[in-house]
Amino acid sequence: MKKPGKMLAELFRNVTKPPATIQYPFRKLEIPGDSRGRIVFISENCIGCKICVRDCPAEAIYINKPGEEKIFEAVFNLDECIYCAQCVLSCPKDALSISPDIELAQISRASLRLVYPAKPKPPQPPKEKVDKPAEGNAAPAASA
Amino acid sequence: MAASIIEMIVFPGFIFLGVLGMIFEYVDRILYARLQNRKGPPWFQPFADFIKLGAKEDVIPREADSRMFKLAPILAAAAAVVASFYIPMWGGSALHSFTGDAVVVIYLLTIPTVSFFLAGWYSTSLYSTVGAVRTITQLFAYEVPLFLVILAPGILAGTWSLSGMAVFYSQHPLLCLTNVLGFVVAIVALQGKLERIPFDIPEAETEIVAGTFTEYSGRLLAIFRLAIDIETVVGAALVSAIFLPFGIGLGGVLGCLVFIIKIAVVMFILAVFKTSMARLRIEQMVNFCWKYVAPAAVLQLFISMILGAFIGDAFIGGGE
Amino acid sequence: MNPDKIVKIPMGPQHPALKEPACFTISLNGEKLVDLDLRLGYNHRGIEKAAEERTYIQNIYLLERICGICSHSHTTCMIQCVEQIAGLEVPARGRWLRTMVGELERVHSHLLWLGVAAHEVGFDTLLMYSWRDREIVMDLLAAMTGNRVNYSFNLIGGAKLDITEEQKKDILKAVDALEERTKYYIEVATEETTLVARLSNVGYISLDDVMRIGVVGPTGRASGLDSDARKDDPYAAYDEIPFKVITDTHCDVYGRALVRMGELMESYKIIRYVLQNLPDGPIAVKAPRKIPAGEAISRYEAPRGEDVHYVRANGTDKPERMRVRAPTMVNLLAVPKMLKGDNLADVAITIAAIDPCFSCTDRAIRVSDYDGGNAKVMTWEETRQFSIDWYRKNGVDFTELNKRFANRIK
Repeated sequence: MKKPGKMLAELFRNVTKPPATIQYPFRKLEIPGDSRGRIVFISENCIGCKICVRDCPAEAIYINKPGEEKIFEAVFNLDECIYCAQCVLSCPKDALSISPDIELAQISRASLRLVYPAKPKPPQPPKEKVDKPAEGNAAPAASA
Repeated sequence: MAASIIEMIVFPGFIFLGVLGMIFEYVDRILYARLQNRKGPPWFQPFADFIKLGAKEDVIPREADSRMFKLAPILAAAAAVVASFYIPMWGGSALHSFTGDAVVVIYLLTIPTVSFFLAGWYSTSLYSTVGAVRTITQLFAYEVPLFLVILAPGILAGTWSLSGMAVFYSQHPLLCLTNVLGFVVAIVALQGKLERIPFDIPEAETEIVAGTFTEYSGRLLAIFRLAIDIETVVGAALVSAIFLPFGIGLGGVLGCLVFIIKIAVVMFILAVFKTSMARLRIEQMVNFCWKYVAPAAVLQLFISMILGAFIGDAFIGGGE
Repeated sequence: MNPDKIVKIPMGPQHPALKEPACFTISLNGEKLVDLDLRLGYNHRGIEKAAEERTYIQNIYLLERICGICSHSHTTCMIQCVEQIAGLEVPARGRWLRTMVGELERVHSHLLWLGVAAHEVGFDTLLMYSWRDREIVMDLLAAMTGNRVNYSFNLIGGAKLDITEEQKKDILKAVDALEERTKYYIEVATEETTLVARLSNVGYISLDDVMRIGVVGPTGRASGLDSDARKDDPYAAYDEIPFKVITDTHCDVYGRALVRMGELMESYKIIRYVLQNLPDGPIAVKAPRKIPAGEAISRYEAPRGEDVHYVRANGTDKPERMRVRAPTMVNLLAVPKMLKGDNLADVAITIAAIDPCFSCTDRAIRVSDYDGGNAKVMTWEETRQFSIDWYRKNGVDFTELNKRFANRIK
């Protein structure tokens, strides 16, 4: 049965409902907790293997060794990063993780360069024996 | 002299109509948005758009006829404003009124459409030309039914003066019911005249960019949009004066309020119409108008004539 | 026909009806379309060449960005090639999860299409409603994979993330809501007079033409072509999941709309089936970084049609050659045929009805003179002759095959 104005009932039902759109900067939608946003670097865990640098599809991450000590800083170019989180997956030591921080727009290019400074390792010896559990989603082997 | 100049330019002339037009553009947009479950623009959006466009550069294509290109928007706006002078708004009669002014108003309301055609034609761009041709094709489809249903109530009222008709029907409100069919036809034809979905064929954006207005920018586009806003209000006022003649002669603030509510009702119907349908093709539109709308208009004419012959005698002359 | 009466209107590269650049030059006689000339290549990004410079891991993310809407399709298709070469056996759970993300992607792509099609015929209300409801599935994908588009859900060897019981419940609930909405949209599409009037008898293409041109996906199925890579050449978990291939015999845009709506309903069934029968076990196997030499081809039924990828590996961690045949490439060739004799007003909706993705398609190659740097343009005949000579020189003769094809089409 064809009739014009098929959607009329639906339209009138929705007039009184609150709008589906929101005014963004004033109200924000809820972002799922494990959304892939800005990558977080935990300097204490980094061993400087640079697998993340090698695997990054966008060449957005750099790991530097600022001093003589074996501590590392990470530089992210937020404008080059494609937020795929492959580096998180590749990291053998949990030095990288994702955060749901997606509002990364900046007004200058310089502030898109995010530096996580090198931090000295905590005094107690890290437990080297405990490897990352080999789950099904384990990253490809580092030594291949 | 000074008083009538003020009447023409300020109230209820150009500036008043412009502001009212923009307010109703907002009403239209917010209704459209709310019916679509969206939030819609803030109340000042039409004004902001107007100011923004007014501050921008006018670009006139080298190929275009520059005089006609500049004249068309002004012509459209002027004709729509002049038409409003003959439409009774809330006083007993319009600003100016004479026997047969209904015909003049319909002609004046055709001028914006013709100026859209001229604007498109003299832009010489391909999209504009197609839009212009579509505008004129569509004009032939809805103009006849509109003409018939605007004049049909006049038969019963015994006058072709809009003020006369309004006064007649406000004195005999029951007779309005004989014009229900005419009201429906008038709404459909008005939708076509204002080039709104489903009859927005001349400016169908997914086909011919913006049709007639493709080459327009800056102040000239602002005037065009203002002209369309004014035409919308004038068209709605025309329909409400003839088919919803309530509160005529109240005068003052109350009359003004009733007038605005009546326009809002017509605008609401137009907005729902616009929201609930897809755009037709030009040949579907012409078919639809000649197959259904025009016969309905003729039927309305017959109803008015028969009523006028049998029971109308008792009322004739009431409107003069 | 008087040639003076023919007006040529360019539609594109920039046009409100096209969401991506492509140029359709339309020859019009009045409102009637006489001829259509197609020009592509405005969106060429050199992805195939770039893929040769990157490792397989990096290529997952590169190929994901071929298309924003069917990103899962392209990665799965490429990864299936690589797995085939490396001889990797993907665990059942990984394959089933891939299937589910693929179907969720189909749901969001088809709902997107419905909105775009409605917009092309000036029915913005349906656009707003269908896109509002599309947010349900976008939210699901975001919660499940971490992003609304470009899910990065695939790994060479399986899936990246597992699914929790909580998420299962969310998905089932959302699928119920979506199913109800889709039923409503089917009603609207089949009952709203103006919409039916705009979709019916527009963009007609017969089954014969569909077979001759090689049209794939919903566009082909709407002309009665019973072809679906999920059934014909099952990948992932499709050989274990019962589902119907939706076909239609309208052969026009209306039929294509019905096929897509029908596929939505099938997708909901598939998603439910996957969630109820999800096998336990690991979701991925470890993949080597270096893929042994070999070549493979893989087919994937993307929302827009059959996607074909070819990968040649040479034993390093980078592919030697990667080739992408996106479904729009073949479907676009059918557009001039569909539009013959239609109105100007039908151009936008007919193009939209194949659900084109120009950035998927654009793989123009510019042949340039290496020394002088002068561009050299080869005509179609020259190119064809060149390829025939090249293959003959390398010992491949297509003459017999061509004859067989010609007979089959007759």
